[in-house]
Amino acid sequence: MTTETLIWLLPLPPLLAFFLIVLFTNRNRTLSHILAVGAALLSWAGSMVVFARALQVEFLGETPFHSVLNWMPTGDTFFQIGVLVDPLSAGILFFVAWTVLMIFIYSVGYHNYGQPEGDHDRKGLPPHGATVQDEHGHTHTVPSVEPMYSRFFAFSGLFAFGMYLLVLSNNLLTLFVGWEIMGLCSYLLIGFWYAKPSARAAAIKAFMTTRVGDVFMLLGIVYLYSATGTLTYRDIFYNPEVLQRLAESSSGFLGLSVAGLIGLLLFIGTIGKSAQWPLHVWLPDAMEGPTPVSAMIHAATMVSAGVYMVIRIFPLLSAGMEHGVITPTMSVMAFIGAFTALFAATIAVAQNDIKRVLAYSTISQLGYMIAALGIGAYVAATFHLITHAFFKGLLFLGSGSVIHGVEHGVLHTGEHVDPQDMMNMGGLRKKMPITFWTFLLGGFALSGFPVFTAGFWSKDEIFADAFAHGHYAVFITLALAALLTAFYTMRQITLTFLGEPRTEAAKHAQETSWTMTLPLIVLAIFAVAAGWVGIPEDFPGLGFLLPGPLHHFISGTLVEELAPVAFHPFPLLTSLVVALGGLYLGWLVYRNVRAEQPDPLRKPLGAVYTLLENKYYFDEIYDFLFVRPAYWVSETFTSNWMDRTLFDGFLHGIASITISLGSALRNYIDKPLVNGFGDFVGESVKKIGQLFRPIQTGRVQQYMILALVSVAAFSALFYYLLVFAR
Amino acid sequence: MIPLSWFLIFAAALFCIGLYGVLARKNAIAILMGVELMLNAVNINLVAFWRYGSLEGITGQAFAVMVFAVAAAEVAVGLALFISIYRRRNTVAADEIDMLKF
Repeated sequence: MTTETLIWLLPLPPLLAFFLIVLFTNRNRTLSHILAVGAALLSWAGSMVVFARALQVEFLGETPFHSVLNWMPTGDTFFQIGVLVDPLSAGILFFVAWTVLMIFIYSVGYHNYGQPEGDHDRKGLPPHGATVQDEHGHTHTVPSVEPMYSRFFAFSGLFAFGMYLLVLSNNLLTLFVGWEIMGLCSYLLIGFWYAKPSARAAAIKAFMTTRVGDVFMLLGIVYLYSATGTLTYRDIFYNPEVLQRLAESSSGFLGLSVAGLIGLLLFIGTIGKSAQWPLHVWLPDAMEGPTPVSAMIHAATMVSAGVYMVIRIFPLLSAGMEHGVITPTMSVMAFIGAFTALFAATIAVAQNDIKRVLAYSTISQLGYMIAALGIGAYVAATFHLITHAFFKGLLFLGSGSVIHGVEHGVLHTGEHVDPQDMMNMGGLRKKMPITFWTFLLGGFALSGFPVFTAGFWSKDEIFADAFAHGHYAVFITLALAALLTAFYTMRQITLTFLGEPRTEAAKHAQETSWTMTLPLIVLAIFAVAAGWVGIPEDFPGLGFLLPGPLHHFISGTLVEELAPVAFHPFPLLTSLVVALGGLYLGWLVYRNVRAEQPDPLRKPLGAVYTLLENKYYFDEIYDFLFVRPAYWVSETFTSNWMDRTLFDGFLHGIASITISLGSALRNYIDKPLVNGFGDFVGESVKKIGQLFRPIQTGRVQQYMILALVSVAAFSALFYYLLVFAR
Repeated sequence: MIPLSWFLIFAAALFCIGLYGVLARKNAIAILMGVELMLNAVNINLVAFWRYGSLEGITGQAFAVMVFAVAAAEVAVGLALFISIYRRRNTVAADEIDMLKF
């Protein structure tokens, strides 16, 4: 099979699995998960073959795997769609294939496959546990299997299709199709437990918020198409003439060039999808969904897709950049990215829900990537995207495993505590060793623990780039965010795994099944090793031993290869200080938290802590600014005034005019004229009949006489006419 | 040979007698008999015109025979009807059979 054919086939197995599960196997849990995991495995295997072949091509950037077909006729030509694997897509494909497969396997264990059905479980609610009796006659409460097991795998399959489609497509339109399919699946999976009002609200919030970005993104795509006549990446982003033309023509909006305005519009799509400030509000709420969903959609793949898209359009964003002076669109990105990175990191410090901390961490890390891209650090952004997908996927899966373990304890002890609240945990390292060690590796990668974790190398490259090109404001912001990242990560690890159990449930927590720990181990390997491919060549010591091929490989996607930044000790030192300092502080503050004790930072920070805990009141502000006015407009204006008063009034007016017109016609036309004529004819016939009635005597002889008289009279007339009138 | 006009006068007289019978009699059977007389007057005319016209065709005779046949059928039907009426109403007076009169 040629590589191009293989690439065309890659997204299809999950889609097939989706249809098969929905149509045929949705009553059979085993068949459903075999189909879904099997499909993910097939796509994974194909992706690895493609990835291996891509690595063997010497100049993949110039001669990528590219295949197109004519799709939609547009006048004399066709709108073409196709698949493309260049260095960037190859890198993305690699982590997508791995994380998707691992998360599919994890979902089997997460949804308690093999456990009995729950006593009171209902569809649309998380499983509540089942009562079983062991051989000694003791009753236990154990986790019960998810009531809508097959449905989960069907949606996940559809999602995987969307993600593969997005990564492999060679144009912005099919990318957008994949983007929206993922948006739909995100909605469906956040609202997976739809009987919970909070899950319903979160699903709607996620869908509506990302829709704001998507509308602008679609505008950008349309603008790009009208400006260039194509949406294929290679024709626009690998074509200096087109880029130059777009950069030089003015859009007439705020003094932006056409390229700048298109880039800005597309970037707004990313703000929605990758949950950047000010559209970040949906991602933390999205944690209402099952944890594999949070890991796959809301950490590793879908939110990464937003960043992938801006990386993809980077040539357009940077068109017109000269001598390292960044374009206006890029400065917007740098600002939003850096601001989001710091902003979300501060919120994460004050969250107690283990998944919410990670959600804000994801927002913050995506901000890093956006900021990196905003200052032109193309390779660093891609690098961080790849490593982040692995370690954040790992952290989410780890948190799911922790929640699962604590839930087990909750069921066992019957204690009523929130299994997601870190304050109810503690001391889990002994109960759940595999989860602990893998979570530790993931957490260290997130904090940028020096030298051996992936996060260190990718984050360090962003720092180095920001410092080398003199973007000190971005540099300082990101360094502060990194300090907070290390702090809240260590806070999370300390509260969850270290110290002593703070509740009975945590005391009885249990390590999860192999289907959940295996993905943790695999992703932990990547969380460490994925960084080694990107070690700068001039890094002291290691750079000589293990020079990473990543920079050369990824920057081959661009027409002009970007020069790697020269090594400077200052950003490295900063990175070491913030990572280690943050981790140490986190451990120092949280190592002695007792049960029922409030967060140690609550007292010293005071009002600031409340502000952070309530996420700067953004939900309340948006509720006041947008949600309530929207309700007001729809209820008071649209429904009451416009619909009921104006439209209904208009319709009622038409109706009453019609009625009065009808009765006028009836009274003045129909009744006197039409009816009168009809009656007149009938009455006349009756009168004539009455007039002639007397001669109808019924006596034959009289008729005969009449006939005789008539014959005689007519004979006389004829005789007269024939004889005399000649 | 007896001139044609004699036959015609005779036929006319017979017709008038028949007509008088039809108009003047109450009994339906008598009316029927009047009708028969009128038909036979016509037959006499037909045969007489044939005899005094060209002798090649037999049209007059054929017509006369046809009229006999039809009159016989008519009498059969008419008498049957009168018997039927008589059984129901016990009368055959024409002016008493007025059920269809408005």
